[in-house]
Amino acid sequence: MRLTRTLALMAAVVAVAACQDKKQEAPAPAAPQAAAPAAGGAPAGDKLVFGHVASMTGNEATFGDSTDKGIKLAVDEANKAGGVKGKQLTVKTLDDQGKPEEAAVAATRLVTQDGATVLLGEVASSRSLAMAPIADSNKVPMITPTSTNPRVTKDGDKTRPYVFRVCFIDPFQGTVMAKFARENLKINNVAVLRDVGNDYSVGLANFFAAKFKDLGGTIVADESYKAGDQDFKAQLTAIKNKKIQAIYVPGYYTDVALIARQARELGIKVPLMGGDGWDSVKLYEIAKGALDGSYFSNHYSSEDPSPVIQGFVKKYKETYGSVPDALAVLGYDAANVAIDAMKRAKDLTGPSIRDAIEQTKGYQAVSGVINLDQDHNAVKSAVVLAIKNNEAHFAATVNP
Amino acid sequence: MRPVRIVLRSALPFLVALPLLFALQGVISPGWAIVLISAGINVILAVSLNVVNGFTGQFSIGHAGFAAVGAYTAAKITTAMHGLQIVGLSAGVSDQVVFLLALLAGMVTAALAGVLVGMPSLRLRGDYLAIVTLGFNEIIRVIIENTPFLGQATGISGLPRLTTVVWVGMGAVATISMARRLVGSTHGRALLAIREDEVAAEAMGVDTTGYKVRAFVIASAFAGLAGGLLVHLIQLCTPRSFTFVKSIEVVVMVVLGGMGSVTGSVVAALVLSFALEGLREVQQYRMVVYSLLLIVLMLTRPSGIFGTREIWDIVKLPGGRRKAAGAETSP
Amino acid sequence: MTEFLQHLVNGLSVGTIYALIALGYTMVYGVLKLINFAHGDVYMVGAFSGFYLANAMGVGGSPSLAKALVVFVGSMIICGILGVLIERFAYRPLRHRARLTSLITAIGVSFLLEYGFQLPSIPGLGIPFPPGPTPRFFPEPFTRVAWEPFGVYVSNYDVISFFTAVGLMLLLQYIVYRTRFGTSMRAVSFDSQVAGLMGINVNRVIAGTFALGSALAAAAALLFAGSRPKVDPLMGLTLGIKAFVAAVFGGIGNVPGAMVGGLALGLAEEYVSGYALSSYRDGIAFAFLIIVLLVRPAGLFGSFRPEKV
Repeated sequence: MRLTRTLALMAAVVAVAACQDKKQEAPAPAAPQAAAPAAGGAPAGDKLVFGHVASMTGNEATFGDSTDKGIKLAVDEANKAGGVKGKQLTVKTLDDQGKPEEAAVAATRLVTQDGATVLLGEVASSRSLAMAPIADSNKVPMITPTSTNPRVTKDGDKTRPYVFRVCFIDPFQGTVMAKFARENLKINNVAVLRDVGNDYSVGLANFFAAKFKDLGGTIVADESYKAGDQDFKAQLTAIKNKKIQAIYVPGYYTDVALIARQARELGIKVPLMGGDGWDSVKLYEIAKGALDGSYFSNHYSSEDPSPVIQGFVKKYKETYGSVPDALAVLGYDAANVAIDAMKRAKDLTGPSIRDAIEQTKGYQAVSGVINLDQDHNAVKSAVVLAIKNNEAHFAATVNP
Repeated sequence: MRPVRIVLRSALPFLVALPLLFALQGVISPGWAIVLISAGINVILAVSLNVVNGFTGQFSIGHAGFAAVGAYTAAKITTAMHGLQIVGLSAGVSDQVVFLLALLAGMVTAALAGVLVGMPSLRLRGDYLAIVTLGFNEIIRVIIENTPFLGQATGISGLPRLTTVVWVGMGAVATISMARRLVGSTHGRALLAIREDEVAAEAMGVDTTGYKVRAFVIASAFAGLAGGLLVHLIQLCTPRSFTFVKSIEVVVMVVLGGMGSVTGSVVAALVLSFALEGLREVQQYRMVVYSLLLIVLMLTRPSGIFGTREIWDIVKLPGGRRKAAGAETSP
Repeated sequence: MTEFLQHLVNGLSVGTIYALIALGYTMVYGVLKLINFAHGDVYMVGAFSGFYLANAMGVGGSPSLAKALVVFVGSMIICGILGVLIERFAYRPLRHRARLTSLITAIGVSFLLEYGFQLPSIPGLGIPFPPGPTPRFFPEPFTRVAWEPFGVYVSNYDVISFFTAVGLMLLLQYIVYRTRFGTSMRAVSFDSQVAGLMGINVNRVIAGTFALGSALAAAAALLFAGSRPKVDPLMGLTLGIKAFVAAVFGGIGNVPGAMVGGLALGLAEEYVSGYALSSYRDGIAFAFLIIVLLVRPAGLFGSFRPEKV
């Protein structure tokens, strides 16, 4: 029968893939895979599971990859230090391909089948929004590392009881850059170039524009691009003749680097400004000096001499051989906030951990001192980094 | 047939399915439920697309666009009605009634979009039609991203979670019985005739353009239903759920199942949904394995799992069910 | 006026690239009546071959025109071979089946390339392959020189890219209409069965067509990388779709049509986002296309073959 043959082939393909995966996973440095063969079978009795939902494939795989590395590093460290309440931690990462509906399925599976104690993720607000109701209804605390949209921790007007974040929110970050542009750089006319398909970029652009206008500035042009575009010269040419003093580009580094290069190629010499989506060594590698004189707001500065930051950067480099980007840092912080709360919690049930996370005050994380406010947002200062000689240097700290 | 019998016959699948679905909902774990619901939504999408791609032989790759239209309509209605209660009904029942109305409204708007896109199909063929449907999908996305009323890129969040195994199950039953009954009807015969040879069909007096538009409209309406169900599952309605990549996924299900085979679409949708779910463990390798599966499957079974046949043409039941008359239209 | 000219320069530089990729779609469609969905990903592989070759030869450290040429031709050859392999293993076994069957394998090949390249690198290989999801940087093969006539910014990259692309298109035009291979290609496109009966080796012609189209995609990738030196595994997705649109716009299967379609799409996009609302760019491009198709249902240069009854 042809059908049987087909099925046998399919089974073979899956089997080969499964073997390949095991081989690949074994040498991975930071994967604490002691219980690898019993994956899924073991109940969460002696192990605590961190469920991580991330885009490991698809357009935003590079971001999911960074966060995952940060989280695994944090968990590895905690395990070496004896775990939490005598129990070892494991990370179970499920891929969502960058799609909200898949994030919902992945989160549900982690909570109901893998017995995840805490949910971590997602990078993008649109996916975190799909996970949040699942965390709430299953009473499993969820910490998102980098979703900056205010709505993630809100259900209408109410704060979602089980959803937290370790990053600041868009209104704050937009304000930071608007203030910096008006007060420090004395800029009056700004053009905005946003990624129209990305909720992060659109949100940040809106908050920046509102605050910038409040402070007496003018938005002279509002242009859009779409992530994955390779050519931005049309928009930049349109912006060029508008007497601008700066361009606000709240996008991901993957696009910003090209935008910067093409702006310079068109003879646009004004600084570019952006947000935490810029933070990656790849930005400078691709931009190749085109971003000199530009500014972006971020969670931390890798130049900061504080031992927490330097220690983390060193460990990360030793483990993965690359400099951590903002997403890796926040993944690491999110996992650590959860670990810290679990240590303080009276027991390891969802509600107790939730209460402990809510009481997080003055926690020294890599991205700054984290205080969670009543809306479950991290209140912490932001830094503005200036790019000189193709490197980011600390320029200012802006407090909330 | 007397009217009573017609009504009974159309209602029968629902009457049988309803208690079964409630029983299933009672025993299934939430983890499995969400997997099953997603698979069920894919079944609705695949079977409805089969009406255009499989029965009529037109090539549409914009099915997710129609789903988006239905989804946003339904989402807008349920969020607007959230917290309101229909007089005389309990809160729970009222929510369900609102949901039903929202889904129906979604089907209507999606059907209207189907008319809009079906019109160009009067003139276009094959790949040109494909481009128009793809373009429609993209235009819908661009419009959503530019409309503050629809939440732009962030979409509409905080939808009530109304989609359940029963809802999706009933939706799937409705879609499947629509497709089965369509194929056996005069309309269905006309669609098959268009697929087999458009010129000959026209010569035989089939109003080809009229039937093509009708096929589009029916398929879009059910895509709208799937969209409405999807967003009330994840409680979030964003343009990201309805990109052309999603449309491609549905096309893959239809072709893999066999063009024009309803059960084939169902099986392919279920197999692919569960395969992707099972492969979630292997992370980055997941899509690589998926793509190899696609290639291997197509190379070994080039006309899809069932070809144009239905499952009962291949696996004979001991009861000896009568062969569906339309099963052997083409080799 | 300056702005208008600048848009013209930008539009032409993107449009020629669209045209080069669209040619690959259109030629394959011509001989096989198949939308080669994996073509955008062949483009991506072209960019990565260039990336690996350039790094192996140290282009970043000591750029030179000779090295650039080797990288360029090398990538075209690699992609040409890839195109032939894809055709041999994914499409040829299904050639006499329904066209949609090959479409699904095409999608399969496309996913395989996209997601295969997103896998973590194999250790101990010496080069980071597969490259993984993080974007990579393409070294500059020679120094950038920019001119500014009438306030319009033009760089040597734009000029080289434009003229190379036009040169390649003329070369292709010559191959298709003036050589023996081109004649057999057109014969296969017209009726592959009869062409086979006339003694044309249909398999070889189709393989050659794939090689040619894929090599052009690699050329497009490298010319495009001049000003946009970022390579990542999904870079072919958007560009592939746009080039496909361009091919249909010009009338799929028609070689000059693809060139005109590519240029038209590049310019349309440029002026739409430059003068109208850039957030509607993709939507307007498609709306424009649909209107054109409604007026000319087979694209600008396409023609309906009379249907056999």
